[in-house]
Amino acid sequence: MLQTAQRGKKPSKKAAPKKAAVHERYLEAFRWMLLARILEDKLRSLYRGGMIVGGVYLGTGQEAVSAACGMFLKKGDVFGPLIRDQAGRSAFGEPLLDPVRTYLGSIKGPMRGRDGNIHRGRPLENQLAMISHLGAMVPVMVGKLLAKRMKGENGFVGLTTIGEGGMQTGASHEGLNIAAVEQVPLVVVVTNNHWAYSTPNEREFACASLVDRAIGYGYEGHKIDGTDLNQCLEVIETAVKRARAGRPPQLVVAEVLRLSGHGEHDDASYVPQEMKGQPFAQDPVTRTEKFILENGLLDRDGVKRLRAEIAKEIDEAVATAQQEDMPHAREEDWRSMSTDHLIDNPSI
Amino acid sequence: MAVTYLEAIREAQTKLLREDERVFIYGQDIAGKFGGAFKATKGLAEKFPGRVLNTPISEDAMVGTAIGAALEGMRPIVEMQFADFSSIALNQILNNAGTHYYRTNVPVPITIRLPSGGTKGSGPFHSQSMEGLYSHYPGVVVMTPATVEDAYTMLIDAVAIDDPVVYCEHKYLYYHLKADALPKERFPVGKARIVRPGRDLTIVTYSAMVHEVIGVANELSRDGFEIEIIDLRTVKPLDTATVLASVARTGRLLAVGEAFPWGGVTAEVISRVTAEGFHLLDAAPARINAKDTPIPYHPNLWSEHRPSQKKIAAKARQILAE
Repeated sequence: MLQTAQRGKKPSKKAAPKKAAVHERYLEAFRWMLLARILEDKLRSLYRGGMIVGGVYLGTGQEAVSAACGMFLKKGDVFGPLIRDQAGRSAFGEPLLDPVRTYLGSIKGPMRGRDGNIHRGRPLENQLAMISHLGAMVPVMVGKLLAKRMKGENGFVGLTTIGEGGMQTGASHEGLNIAAVEQVPLVVVVTNNHWAYSTPNEREFACASLVDRAIGYGYEGHKIDGTDLNQCLEVIETAVKRARAGRPPQLVVAEVLRLSGHGEHDDASYVPQEMKGQPFAQDPVTRTEKFILENGLLDRDGVKRLRAEIAKEIDEAVATAQQEDMPHAREEDWRSMSTDHLIDNPSI
Repeated sequence: MAVTYLEAIREAQTKLLREDERVFIYGQDIAGKFGGAFKATKGLAEKFPGRVLNTPISEDAMVGTAIGAALEGMRPIVEMQFADFSSIALNQILNNAGTHYYRTNVPVPITIRLPSGGTKGSGPFHSQSMEGLYSHYPGVVVMTPATVEDAYTMLIDAVAIDDPVVYCEHKYLYYHLKADALPKERFPVGKARIVRPGRDLTIVTYSAMVHEVIGVANELSRDGFEIEIIDLRTVKPLDTATVLASVARTGRLLAVGEAFPWGGVTAEVISRVTAEGFHLLDAAPARINAKDTPIPYHPNLWSEHRPSQKKIAAKARQILAE
């Protein structure tokens, strides 16, 4: 996919190798951001057309920080995404068919119709399957990392994401603390999108910035503009490197504005107009594209070709999933445990 | 040499740690020389360095961490200091571990040890019996061993099971209950055991109440009644077949549990027998539980709150008179 992104790149004989690598990474991130944005636009329109099973929760406005979360993880690393992490999931290696199949209700999706959409995961491939209760996945990530250390693995890292809303649960507090007690190689990326559903920051927390909690938990803290892809890449890369090198857990707090409703059922009419003019309210995809054009990483045709190519991939995935079977109650085994002989069987 | 119920739990954990490198124990105050609030892990941290780990007072994170470790191939045992505090971890146990296999096809082999049940002077937050609550949710096995032998073999079985197990160990039995030796054989998980055969009345119970009911059966035998006692051993899955077969022999049923009365294990037993074996019953089935108040602190109140031998015997006589 990276090669595709580079195809439209303006050749520059003068570019130093290091700069070329930086550009390459930037373009890779842009591709994951575009993939997430175009896919989610498609999901939005499918939702409005009544084609989606369940709700649609989008990451609009969070693509830069999310893409960076997936990009610096290697084989053997663990990713614990939450609901607005399409870009990060794709960058981590989630096949495009996974979200498409889940949203469209295909039996071939990773959750087989048993759980929906944003809860999807592939635990055996180190992509945790989140539950709705926020903060619950932080200690699960800690357990993955603790066990890897017990098994004698080294050089691995785990990255989990959370919102400023999820940061206020007891579970996230316990999880963040136990991670530091265990000194596991963990990066926690907090995206403050300024709204927990319809509740603004001032009713969520009272510290000046959530990054101030880093010192209280014994983490190293970083604060970034989540609409600036360069910052997201540099800081999250640094945080991942530090965690991998055995530094204490890392807390990255990114400021963005959620550029959609909580879900597509929500018009977010409670977001005041003046907030939309704040620096953190910039659209990261637009901002990244502007940077790419201004710095000649791609020209207009190149961006256009990239968009068209991604849209085609998505259309193909949608067409595939739409032809697949839905789960069927008669074929469902209705078993909640893997141990057959211990399944309780009351007459109901 | 006699072995207590508590020693059986410690010995089972010793065996598990010795024989299976995937096993580790995670809980509050369990490591070091201290060895746990009830000493269920005493000496284990020294014997197995790095595998018996103290945690902060974070029940949710203890279980969450165990879930993650289990997904990575480990077989963690979580010790709750008291069953009552596992309420903090309900979300991880029931919504995370309990749903994981169904959602993702990947089971979560964790064992949660709950020091359960009432003892004198323990009060509302150190006395609870939570087996009914855990059994209500799908995706977990709930064990309630009543004997030294079961305490030992069922804990070993719990760790071997690929799915989450809530293992309710009764604090009242820790020191009082003794066996001659650790068992060589195991009775299968998921099967109830007929503790004592009888033809007049079936009493279905589990955990510490088994011993109260044995007292009742002895008392009633002096009046010529033969009570059949069934120890459920695991309350989920519930061995309905063994219960129904017993009721088919006796025609009468009393279910006894130490938990709160609304719903729960005894209600489930009565419900299943009534629905599936109504024709077997010669008298209305009955159940005895604790009272529907928080568990009182003072022994004068506590001993009346829980089902006592006296109350069980009175109810049994009432059913037998019908």
